[in-house]
Amino acid sequence: MSDAPNRRRVLECMGWAGTGLVWTMAGGVANSVTLDAAQAATKPKTKPFTFLQVSDSHIGFTKDPNPDARATFREAVAKIQAMPVKPDFIIHTGDITQLSKDQEFDDADQILKDAGLTVFHVPGEHDMLDEGNGKAYLDRYGKGSMGDGWYAFDHNGVHFIGLINVKQLKAGGMGHFGDDQLAWLKKDLAGRSASTPIVVFTHVPMWTVYEQWGWGTDDAAQALAMLARFGSVTVLNGHIHQVLTKTEGHVAFHTARSTAFPQPAPGSAPSPGPMKVPAGALRDTLGVRTVTYAPGTGTLAVVDAKLA
Amino acid sequence: MAFLNRIRCVPSAAVAALAAVTLGAAAPAPSVIKIDNFTFNAAETAVPVGTTVTWVNNDDIPHTVVAVDKSFKSKVLDTDEKFSFTFTKAGTFDYFCSIHPHMTGKVIVK
Repeated sequence: MSDAPNRRRVLECMGWAGTGLVWTMAGGVANSVTLDAAQAATKPKTKPFTFLQVSDSHIGFTKDPNPDARATFREAVAKIQAMPVKPDFIIHTGDITQLSKDQEFDDADQILKDAGLTVFHVPGEHDMLDEGNGKAYLDRYGKGSMGDGWYAFDHNGVHFIGLINVKQLKAGGMGHFGDDQLAWLKKDLAGRSASTPIVVFTHVPMWTVYEQWGWGTDDAAQALAMLARFGSVTVLNGHIHQVLTKTEGHVAFHTARSTAFPQPAPGSAPSPGPMKVPAGALRDTLGVRTVTYAPGTGTLAVVDAKLA
Repeated sequence: MAFLNRIRCVPSAAVAALAAVTLGAAAPAPSVIKIDNFTFNAAETAVPVGTTVTWVNNDDIPHTVVAVDKSFKSKVLDTDEKFSFTFTKAGTFDYFCSIHPHMTGKVIVK
C-alpha cells in the first residue's frame, strides 16, 4: 500500500479541512454540500429495503423438463413466505403464462397471492398470445399504466420503471420498446436528479446477450442513453431463464432464473428451447431473486437463490 | 368432391404428378413448412399460385406465423398445431414468428 493519499482520503480530509464541504455518495453520484446543508439534512431521503424478482413462471407449461410449472411456482412462493425478513414487494418480469389463457393467468395470480405481497408486473411475449394481442394482460394488470402497459413508481427514494419490449416486434428483430414508450421514458426521467437510484425492469434483456436467438432489445441503446447520466441504474429482466450479469458504466444488468425451466447458455444449443435436465436437477436451475437497496452504496445488491 | 377428398391422402409428390397430368393448374400440390428448433425449415419456399401452405410447429414452445404485410396471421401454434394459408396471388410473402421475431421465412408464389 502506498502512503500517497487516495481519492477517498483526500475527500474525507476536505470535509474536515475548512472547505465547508461534505462529500457524500448518493445513488452512485458524488455530491458536495455545505456543512450547514449537511447538518440540516438530518434524515436521508432513502432508506434500506428489500424486494424480490420472480420471472418466467410459464404457468401452463407441462413438457420436459418440467411437467408442472404450477408446482415449481408454488415452491418459489413457499420460499418467499419462509423468508426471515419480509420484502416490500415482488416484481414479476414476465412470461407469467405459457399461452396467455385466462386459466393460466388466474392460477398464477392465485399462487402469487399466497406470498401476501404487492406484485408489479411486466409482460413477456407468452403473455401477449390472446386474440387481442395482449388485451388479456392489459385488462388484468394494466390499471394505471401507459400505452401498452408501461409505468413507473417510487419507493423509498428509488425510482422504478416497468418497460415493455415484447409488443410491436418486427420481423428479423429482437425485443422492441417503440417510439411512444421511449418518448414517455424521456419525459419520465426529465428533471429527475442524477443521484436518484433507478431500477428498470422489463422482460427481454436490454443488452444484446445473443442476437441469433433474439436475446436483446433493438432500440435499447436509446433508453440506455437517457439513463446514462444517472449514478445508479439497475436493469432486471427475465426471458432467458438463467443468471447473467453485466456492468456497463453505472448500469448493472441482471437477468433472472425462471421458476419453470432452464434455457441453454447463449449459442450452446441448436435453439433456445427448454433445456432438458434430469428431474433431480431441475430445481438447481430455477430460483427467486432478492434485491437489497442500502442508501449510499451506489449499487443494489442482487442475490439469486435456487429453488433446490 | 369424392375424388378430391381421396387425393388428399396421397403423398404430395404423387399429388403433384397427378395434378400435372390430370388436373392441370387446378390443384397445386400442398406445401408443408416445419418449425423445428426455432427455425422455419425452409427459409424460402417457391410455390405456384393456388398452393396451400401448411406450417406445423414441432417445437415444445409456441410459435406464430405472421405475414409482414399482414396478409395472413396464424393464431398461436402450440406443439404439433398447424396453420394453413392458400396463396391466390403471385408475389413474395415475407413472414415471421411474432413471438420470436428472429424466426423469418419467405414464400415466393409464381
